[in-house]
Amino acid sequence: MPGIKDATAVVGIGQTPFAKHLPESEKALACRAILAALDDAGIAASEVDGLASYTMEETDEVEVAKAVGLGDLTFFSKVGYGGGGSCATVAHLAAAIAAGQATVGVAWRSRKRGSGPRPWKNTTVQLPTPAQWTRPFGLLRPADEIGMLARRYMHEYGATRDHLFNVALACRNRANQNPAAIMYERPLTREMYMTSRWISEPLCLFDNCLETDGALACVLVSAERARDCRTRPVYVHSAAQGLPAQHHGMVNYWNDDPLTGPAWTAARHLWKHADFTPEDVDVAQIYDAFTPLIPLSLEGYGFCARGEGAAFTEGGALEIGGRLPVNTGGGGLSEAYVHGFNLINEGVKQLRGTSTAQVPGAATCLVTAGEGVPTSALLLRS
Amino acid sequence: MSDSLLSPVPDDDGAPFWQYAAHGELRVQACADCGELRFPPRPCCPHCHSFASEWRRMSGRGRVWSYVVPHPPLLPAYAEQAPYNAIVVELADAPRIRLVGNLVTAPDAPLNSVPAQRLRIGARVQAVFTEVDGVSVPRWVLERP
Repeated sequence: MPGIKDATAVVGIGQTPFAKHLPESEKALACRAILAALDDAGIAASEVDGLASYTMEETDEVEVAKAVGLGDLTFFSKVGYGGGGSCATVAHLAAAIAAGQATVGVAWRSRKRGSGPRPWKNTTVQLPTPAQWTRPFGLLRPADEIGMLARRYMHEYGATRDHLFNVALACRNRANQNPAAIMYERPLTREMYMTSRWISEPLCLFDNCLETDGALACVLVSAERARDCRTRPVYVHSAAQGLPAQHHGMVNYWNDDPLTGPAWTAARHLWKHADFTPEDVDVAQIYDAFTPLIPLSLEGYGFCARGEGAAFTEGGALEIGGRLPVNTGGGGLSEAYVHGFNLINEGVKQLRGTSTAQVPGAATCLVTAGEGVPTSALLLRS
Repeated sequence: MSDSLLSPVPDDDGAPFWQYAAHGELRVQACADCGELRFPPRPCCPHCHSFASEWRRMSGRGRVWSYVVPHPPLLPAYAEQAPYNAIVVELADAPRIRLVGNLVTAPDAPLNSVPAQRLRIGARVQAVFTEVDGVSVPRWVLERP
């Protein structure tokens, strides 16, 4: 059975500026990012016949298609679970194009999380696991829910705040190289980290991602067509979604092993369909709404053994020149938090050789979506 | 109601938990056929697919599995008590069953009544009940304060 391995390629990426507040609407930002991605690919809007986005995306396909003048759409899909759906948008397009359900696909995310409301403040919105078991007790925000897992992780494996700082610092250092990043001109020191205010102990301010307005998009076509495009194709080598048995979302406290999250499930499928292994990954873009998600994901995607994710971050391992440079645009912690879509585009930039923190000769890149929620991941190659 | 603590909003599966809580009983859903406990409650047993369930009484003893200490920004009623604790307790009767709650000095004490530095994973705790807006909810006190 033919799969999706190397059958499709990203040939266009686009983004708006990132800021705490942008004056334009989410809809306008979505249109700008999509048009920028199509322009990058050299493909006319009228040729687009496939779309994919997140269920939390508030600009729907009808609005996007009529605003930017897309053609007749034959495939459109939305993926749930917030930032867990980021890579799945590309995965769905890759599957659709490989199966002949579409020829030119666009994935996007536009969000005014910087100037707009914080989702957790709306207590009428239901959660994947009924909120009656958590919210009345003051477990209100994603930071509280993940903080609970982080505390347990630190207890079981000896992870420390210094390990979480290593994650925050690597992302900030890359943002300091990226003029488009919110934190471009704002270096982070260990003292700043250790003395910053708490959000939900054990997580401090710098363990939490940014709150950003912005939008991004990418364009996917078949590998055959990609050879005729004006950009260097970045192939979707392998893709996976992951919803583990007996998983409960960010409040994953009720199964046998709460610290083995969706990353493990996505990783098994991802590597099963890949021609290379974690050791062959040149650079990774790992979803970082909170710093502890990176050690957990390093374990889940097989870069180290269970419980070794924190120790993996030592000795500059996540920096350029380290064992596994991560989040080379600055990530959600220091470039922009747009539900992880900037991680996808940064992966493409690395494999084109155009990142502002380029890993020399990078030919393979892992991109992941949110760990701690039903998730997804991509292996990209040049 | 924005300045009071949130009351649980029960669904069909969870309603019995709160009905038993109103009588000061901590009960967990179990399969009436194969006997497996499950939490959170759900319509059928993931092990044997039976839709018959019962609610088994727990001793209320447990251990702190993890905890956080939230600081603002928070909803107003919680911000007033911040920093407070939220804990996950694994039940002595069924260690895979874990409940989110708060460690307090007495059933009606505020969420910040136990100093944060007294929290530790593994501490033995006991369920007690208090009323929030007329709804009985579990709280946890240290077995040895």
